[in-house]
Amino acid sequence: MTVAELAAKLGARILTPQANAQQEVTGVYCGDLLSWVMSHAEKGDAWITVHTHVNIVAVAVLAELACIIIPESIEVDDGTVARAKEQGVTLLGSDLKAAELCWRIYEMLR
Amino acid sequence: MSGIIRLHFELPGNDLMSAGEASSSVKKKLNQLGINPAAVKKAAIAMYEAEINAIIHAGGGTLAVTITKDRINIVISDHGPGIADLDLAMQEGYSTAPDYIREMGFGAGMGLPNIKRNADRLEIKSAVGQGTTVEITVFF
Ligand SMILES: Nc1ncnc2c1ncn2[C@@H]1O[C@H](COP(=O)(O)OP(=O)(O)OP(=O)(O)O)[C@@H](O)[C@H]1O
Ligand SMILES: [Mg+2]
Repeated sequence: MTVAELAAKLGARILTPQANAQQEVTGVYCGDLLSWVMSHAEKGDAWITVHTHVNIVAVAVLAELACIIIPESIEVDDGTVARAKEQGVTLLGSDLKAAELCWRIYEMLR
Repeated sequence: MSGIIRLHFELPGNDLMSAGEASSSVKKKLNQLGINPAAVKKAAIAMYEAEINAIIHAGGGTLAVTITKDRINIVISDHGPGIADLDLAMQEGYSTAPDYIREMGFGAGMGLPNIKRNADRLEIKSAVGQGTTVEITVFF
């Protein structure tokens, strides 16, 4: 499943339309402690976090995550969107709660 | 690949907004060179954690990278407060990060343990009141 397909299935907004949404999603990870995410998330994971500052982009790049999903209609900083586009990271925005996103994505990947 | 590649970055103090840029650009460089992906990821994660530490805990510093045929060597130096008890700092969960930093998702006390896990060779030299130098080597 690609990030674009995931976004469509979740009804999520693609906040970075220019970024590569063809990355393959192979897992899901939810967490807000950045160093913890860096060491435990796996390549290809869709990462759900409530942080919206620009450092989440670096975490996604370095940990090779498929995309970042911001849950619960949280607004994302413009600077973060700009950095994500520049780095080719896809940012998704969703109205769903983090737990529901996890569950839905997990079911899709099963 | 022939020759030696040297890269240098200034890490501005307390500028968390640019944190991760040096690591991201070195990662790109390693990928362009066709270095094996597992080694690239290890180097990138270790470098990022050290970069963030210099910015958050030490008011910034410098990052010097040397890439040769068989390895990447990364030296992050700062003139911050230094680390009084390195063994304690290396423990998972130990952090002195202030609240506003924690609110951003840093301060899990996982950075140094992450560096140790990802580096093939790690040397940390720190003196209280003088600063800290972290040297990370990853073999390809
Ligand atoms: N360059 C540095 N200068 C001074 N102190 C440092 C430096 N790097 C680390 N430390 C000290 O070591 C502690 C542990 O560092 P570590 O990277 O493991 O965790 P952290 O930075 O607090 O949190 P995290 O990395 O999980 O966001 C820090 O809280 C800080 O007290
Ligand atoms: Mg740290």
